Amino acid sequence: MSLLAIEDLYGGYGGADILSGVRLTVDPGEIVVIIGPNGAGKSTAMKSVFGLITVRQGRITFDGKDITRLPTQQIVRHGICYVPQTNNVFTSLTVHENLEMGAYVRRDNYAGQFDKVYDLFPPLRERRNRPAGHLSGGQRQMVAMGRALMMEPRLLLVDEPTAGLAPLFIDQIFQIVKDVNRLGIAVLMVEQNAKKALAIAHRGYVLTLGRNRHEDTGPNLLADREVAEMFLGG
Amino acid sequence: MIELIQLVLYGVVLGSIITLGAIGVSLVFGILRFAHFAHGDMMTLGAYFAFVGYVTIGLPFWLAFPVAAAAAAGVAVLIDQTIYKRLRRSDPVILLISAFGMALILRSLVQIIWGPSNLVYASGIQLPIRIGDLRIKEDHFYIVGGALVLVIGLHLFLTRTTMGKAMRAMADNVDLARISGVNTEKVVIWTWVIAGVMAAAAGIFLAMDTRLHPVMGWRILLSVFAAAIVGGIGRPYGAIAGGMVIGISEEVSTLFINPSYKAAVSFAILVAVLIYKPTGIVGARR
Ligand SMILES: Nc1ncnc2c1ncn2[C@@H]1O[C@H](COP(=O)(O)OP(=O)(O)OP(=O)(O)O)[C@@H](O)[C@H]1O
Ligand SMILES: [Mg+2]
Repeated sequence: MSLLAIEDLYGGYGGADILSGVRLTVDPGEIVVIIGPNGAGKSTAMKSVFGLITVRQGRITFDGKDITRLPTQQIVRHGICYVPQTNNVFTSLTVHENLEMGAYVRRDNYAGQFDKVYDLFPPLRERRNRPAGHLSGGQRQMVAMGRALMMEPRLLLVDEPTAGLAPLFIDQIFQIVKDVNRLGIAVLMVEQNAKKALAIAHRGYVLTLGRNRHEDTGPNLLADREVAEMFLGG
Repeated sequence: MIELIQLVLYGVVLGSIITLGAIGVSLVFGILRFAHFAHGDMMTLGAYFAFVGYVTIGLPFWLAFPVAAAAAAGVAVLIDQTIYKRLRRSDPVILLISAFGMALILRSLVQIIWGPSNLVYASGIQLPIRIGDLRIKEDHFYIVGGALVLVIGLHLFLTRTTMGKAMRAMADNVDLARISGVNTEKVVIWTWVIAGVMAAAAGIFLAMDTRLHPVMGWRILLSVFAAAIVGGIGRPYGAIAGGMVIGISEEVSTLFINPSYKAAVSFAILVAVLIYKPTGIVGARR
């Protein structure tokens, strides 16, 4: 059974539908990548899982439970964490406080999780008491992912984690996504760096105009002529 | 020179009172994004609650104070849950107008219940303590000391407790706070509790320094808002700096201008800050 299933979803921001029939599944332990042109509705699809858009029709289930219209603040309790595309850190809070906010709903002892996150993102350890707003773009992205990982989620949603980063950092982020996945965490990722993203993905979806265009394994999408022309630079 | 120091001391006292009010205004703005115009009258109400505890019932002052603060916090939460909560999704202007209406309601209630004339906590004149040529009233120590304790308490709350951190997180980025699992309605309630306690303390201190009157809070509201904006609205730490700047400027200005124009001084500073550094003197909100 799929861990996450978005079934025939229609919805948007109150006006016209942005999503017009999106279908998408993530199985436990998978890395699934969404690619598509700007404005295709990739971010909107991610937001739908966290109750941040108005769903007009369709259903979202996680682990078999219907989560379609749950309030945003309850989603994380099911074991899903989300790193939005923009404004994904608390800029006025320190790095460490950002991580604490990531564990906000945890009631167990999670002290050890800080070390795991700092081991995953060494630059954050020495900057733990700096406001996140003072960090570079790459480091902020680390804070954003670190915050999400504090929950030890079963599914991580990441929206364009490499946007605006230098090539060196881009490879680092993809490596981290692989490392995170190796811990058993399923990942659903939106990416503009389609080639690199599909190379580490088990499966991928191509979204255009709020609809599914293609769906296949990572390697098959990489080999697809049309996908290559549209997204992989010829 | 002595006179200047004397006025600065008075300014610190006034600044302490203004700070406590401005912290609430700033917190509420940071969390709910609206200018709470009823804050001054909430201060008034807190002062009258303490009057009931201390004078009417005869509780010792150290007990009447927290009881009044708790009652004011309760009223703040009640107003929010019955009125402002219904307007959370509407235009901020609607909230602002409803707060303005609430200000009128609170002020009228105070006037109906306790009458339009001045009241005092203790009659008789308190002789000032002399330090050299400086005169300080004993109450001034309590006011500044009390404000200090409350500000330190607020700082510990905001930096050491889970709820305090959630409050800062929500003021910073509401969506991300929700995504992290923060129950924003609970944070809102805590915000009103703190704003209510701080407002009551400000009102009680103001009444100790002057006297109780139904418009006491309304009259100081401009200074309170000026302090919140000068400090950078939505930033409770800025409110401390803003409160001191406004309090000291108002008092020192009486060297040059008629004291009845004090409020104009806050207004002038407010306008200057809005023109030259609209994000407040403590640095821009990122
Ligand atoms: N908050 C919003 N309110 C109204 N419309 C929005 C909002 N956010 C996005 N949209 C619209 O929804 C459509 C899809 O946007 P979305 O952000 O999902 O695209 P995307 O595929 O993530 O694009 P990008 O690659 O640029 O991130 C766009 O037409 C956009 O203008
Ligand atoms: Mg996007």
